[in-house]
Parts: sequence; C-alpha cells; structure tokens
Amino acid sequence: MSPARLGIADVARLALAGLGTRKLRAVLSALGIAIGVAAIVAVLGLSQSSAAGLNAEIAALGTNLLTVQNGQSFTGGTVELPRSAPGMIARVAGVTDVQDTGQVNGVSAYKSPDINPIETNALSVDATSLHLPRAASTSLALGRFLNAATAREPVAVLGAATAQRMGIDRIWPGERIWVGGRWFYVVGILKPAILAPEIDSSVLIGYPAAEQYLNFDGHPSTIYVKAATARVRAVDGLLAAQANPENPSYVTVSQPSAALTAQAAAKGAFSTLFLGLGAVALLVGAIGVANIMVISVLERRSEIGLRRALGATKGHIRVQFLSEAVFLAAIGGIVGVAAGAAATAIYARHKAWAIVIPPEAWAGGICAALVIGALAGLLPAIRAARLSPTEALWSI
Amino acid sequence: MTGRPAKLAEQAPFQGSREARVLELDAVTKIYPSRPPVTALAQVSFSVTVGELVAILGPSGSGKSTLLHLAGTLDKPTSGTVRVTGLDVAMLSDRQLAGLRARRIGFVFQQFFLAEQRTALSNVADGLMYAGCGVAERRERAAAALEQVGLGHKLSARPTRLSGGERQRVAIARALAGSPQIVLADEPTGNLDQATGDAILCLLAELNQAGATIVVVTHDQAVAARMSRQIQMVDGRIAGDSGEAGEQIAVRPQAARNKA
Repeated sequence: MSPARLGIADVARLALAGLGTRKLRAVLSALGIAIGVAAIVAVLGLSQSSAAGLNAEIAALGTNLLTVQNGQSFTGGTVELPRSAPGMIARVAGVTDVQDTGQVNGVSAYKSPDINPIETNALSVDATSLHLPRAASTSLALGRFLNAATAREPVAVLGAATAQRMGIDRIWPGERIWVGGRWFYVVGILKPAILAPEIDSSVLIGYPAAEQYLNFDGHPSTIYVKAATARVRAVDGLLAAQANPENPSYVTVSQPSAALTAQAAAKGAFSTLFLGLGAVALLVGAIGVANIMVISVLERRSEIGLRRALGATKGHIRVQFLSEAVFLAAIGGIVGVAAGAAATAIYARHKAWAIVIPPEAWAGGICAALVIGALAGLLPAIRAARLSPTEALWSI
Repeated sequence: MTGRPAKLAEQAPFQGSREARVLELDAVTKIYPSRPPVTALAQVSFSVTVGELVAILGPSGSGKSTLLHLAGTLDKPTSGTVRVTGLDVAMLSDRQLAGLRARRIGFVFQQFFLAEQRTALSNVADGLMYAGCGVAERRERAAAALEQVGLGHKLSARPTRLSGGERQRVAIARALAGSPQIVLADEPTGNLDQATGDAILCLLAELNQAGATIVVVTHDQAVAARMSRQIQMVDGRIAGDSGEAGEQIAVRPQAARNKA
C-alpha cells in the first residue's frame, strides 16, 4: 500500500494553485525578493556595462599612442628633453607620427587682465607642434588648429576644459585671452582628448610664438608618439634612449590607453555598498516569504487535513509547501532579474554603452532566489507536515 | 519502507474468514493523554462488510468522532486492533497508511472542504492525485463521479456558485472518484437544511445500492434511521447495534462495562 509519487507537474500544479488563491499576497511577498535581485543585477550590470563602454572608447581611440615625458633628477630638478628628441624619435622604425608640447613655466592664462592672478584655474600654457590633435586622437571642436603662420603669432588654441573654465564657447574674430602679460587671439577649441587629458586643461600656442613672447626655452616636455599597432611594444622599449640618449633613466614613457584600461577594470568592479543593500533586501524578502508561508500553514490547516485524509503523506505536504515558497521566490527572482536588466539596459543606452548583463548576475540572482525560497519555506513546510490530520480537520 | 509492513501491504485486502469485511474493530480503546486522561473509546468491537450502509449514532462526546478517526486511519488506537480492508492499521507505516487512505478510503465532511478557487471538476480530480492516477485519468474519473452524484452539468462551476447541497455532492464525488472500498461520512447533512439533507441521504442510499460501502457518523436520529444498520454510541461504548443484514444484536451495557 505504498503511497503515490507526485510528478513535477503535480507539484507545480499544487504550488501554483496554492499561490493562485492568494494572488495579492503572493505578489507582495515576491516583491521583496524581486527588489533585492534587481538591485544586485543592476549593480553588476551597470558596472560591467560602464567598463564595456570605456573599453569600447579605448578601442576606438586605439592603443598605439605612447607618451614620452621629461623626468626629475635626484635633486628634484626637471631633466629637460633635448630639443632634438622629437626628430630622433621619428626615426625609430614603426613610429608613424610624433608631436610634442613644451610647458611654458611661470606663465598663466586668464580670460582678461582684470582677473586676480592667483585664479589660474589650474590651466597650463604649452607650446605645441602643428599636428598635435592627430597624434593625441582628438580634433577641433571649433575653429582651426595652429599652422606655420599662426604659430609665430600671439595666437592660441584652447583645450576643452580650458575653454569651459574660461567661459568661451564660440570663436569670433577678436576673441582673445590674457597670457603672460599680453593678448593672445583664440582661433580654435579642441574636443576632449581622452588619451591625453593634460591637453584639455591647456592653452596651446606655437613654439616660435612661445619663444618670442613668453621667453620659452624650447624644450619639449611631452612627446606624443603614434606607432604602428604591431610595433607598439618594440617602440616602447626604444623610446627612452632615443628621446634622451644621455639620461634615458630620466625619461618617463607611458601608454595612456593602459591606464584607461585599468580604470575600466576598476569601474567594472561592482560597488560593494549597493551589493550589500541588495543582499539586505534579499534577506528581508526571505523573511517576508517565510512569514507568508507560516501564516499560510496556519490558515490552511483544513486543507492540510483534507489532503492527508485524501492520502497525502507528510512528504507530499512538505513538498507542496516547500515548492510554494520556492515558486514564490523564483517569481521574485525572475521579475528581479528582468527589472535589473531593464534598468541596466535603459541606463547603458542612455550613456551609449554596450549593454552587458553578466551571466553571474542573472543566473546568480535566480539561484539566490531559489535557495532563499527553499530556506524560507523549509520550516513552515515541516510544520505543515507535522500537523496531525485529526487536529487539522476537526479543530477549526 | 521496512520489511514487515511492506509485506503486509502486499496482502490481498480480503482473506480467509474475514472475507468481505471492509472495516473491523476489535476491542478498540482510545485514551487521549491529557490531564486527566480521557477515554474516548473503550473496548469497541464491530465490523462492516462490503455493501453495508451503516450509521454510527451518538450524542457529542460519545466517541463517534474518535471512531471515525480510527476507522479512517487518521489516528491509531491505544489498544485493540483496527483493520481496514483486512490490513492491520498498527502494522502499517505512516506512508503506507497514506497510501491506504488514497486508494481504499473515501471521506466526506460536514464542512465539505472544497477549494473555492477551483472548479468542481478540479476539486474532485485533485483528490485522485495521491492515488497515483495520471492527469487525464483523474479528470475522466472525476467527471464520471460528478455525473454519478448528479452534477454532470456543473463540472466547471466553482464551489462559490454552488448551493450547499451541490457542494456536498462535489465532496461525495471526490470521496467516490477513487472507487474506495469504504466511504466514511462525518455528519454529511450537518450543514444542510432538511430538504437538501434528505436529498443527500437519498444519494448516499443510491450510491450504496450501486455497491458502495458507506459509514455515516451522525448525532441525528432521523439521519441514522435512513441507514440500513445503526450502531449506537454512548460514552465511548457501543450501546446498541441493529446488526448486520437486519440481524439485531443488542449489546448489554452492563456486559460491556464488565468487559472493560
């Protein structure tokens, strides 16, 4: 006289019927889990999407830009790069473009002479070679860059941040700024240079003009080197010696895209705070489900008794209530994953990032919900199964 | 599953001299371990054979509900033997008892116990889930059982749209759908008005004519009178039994007390 085994379909039918009779309650108790899962999925999704966005940007800009900067000596003084450095570097096999800037020390730029000299806005004044935007993977937002003629005149091109801080958003004839005690005319504004952010907060003028009007010594301070992609490693190794043969150890060579990649990885690392909040929401959700199940067992004593009379074993009753809790949590988990994914998609689209919802986020979210449902449902299910059928049926 | 009960479980339902006895109680005593202990049944013995329509009649507190629990294998006696379709309840595990209830016992309750959100058909069909039938078979047998109790036209009605009498018919169909060897009905007319109750009793008589063995527990003399055999309960003892097949057996209260 062995009892019947309930198939998966029967268990699912029981769970759905149980939840279906109390829909609002089921929805509300699943909500807690949904919020927790949504928070976790969104945190993981958004951080990965933002990293993907940055990586895509880096890929678009290319990873073949190397920068060479002057270094510092043991005594703290600047070890200047020789004036011949750009020319020397251009001879390295695989180098496709070399541009350079030289910082003009002791000179600040202001929108007008009336501005208090200490309010420098952290802007620097740099002499530049004539094709800097090309090498630094940026371009002109407005106007044009310096040419052989304007490089000799008191003429400036502004970096993106410089223009913003000075409050200049258009180029009109006669627009000028106050640099080193004289007027310089603005002919162009650059777009942000992501790989060379130092250019953004710079006022760029020609080398001859810098030497003529600002007593610039003519030494380059940063050299932007574009190399053939396949040759980047090799060029990287040669640059220091090529730029300053006398003191190669005082030359700093870096690959800006590498720093950005690291930054992208850091962005991809999820926010612990929000994950923690998600976990708390999940915990609260679990308690909600457990609570609902306990109440449900109390309310459904007669149903439990009836089922036992109809031939349900304790195991059948246990499975029924456990599966209800798991179902409830699974619904919460699925809704939560959907909500988290939707939030990620909307925000990523808004930011023009690639939409990345990592599998560990959605699979983990649903698994976490299932485990929580099972844990929350366990105790109520055991209590339901322990209920004596006679008490359940005749003590209402 | 342990060896012994499993072996018992495989026994044929009816054996030897106990042929055709669906329910047998032999010197059954039930004492509830409260303080002080309550003796609900004392040395109760009777048996029900296939095809009987029996009323167990008694006032509240007479032990008739306890008798129903024991006959329905929902509880076990303190001493004595309860056999359902020849199987000794004491020898069966909890799981085996569940199997026994699923396949050989049908219950009808005063409060109907129907799921209000489910249709009449689903209510009856779900009852067969524990008997191990497939979904299609369940629905087929449920529809047939509902047809039998006169509700063939209300298969998809929900209990909330049914009258009290119709609800009890659904519950009776649920008890009958698995073709159990015995149907135990606890005050089946207790929640119904006179006319509806009469109709339900007629239905039970009809079902009995069609072969079902039915035991009705009631406190109502009029209800008991409609059954072909009456067992009178007083203070946990059998005070009278109209006997099997019309044969009158009077159990003298004095003798029963001495026995205890």
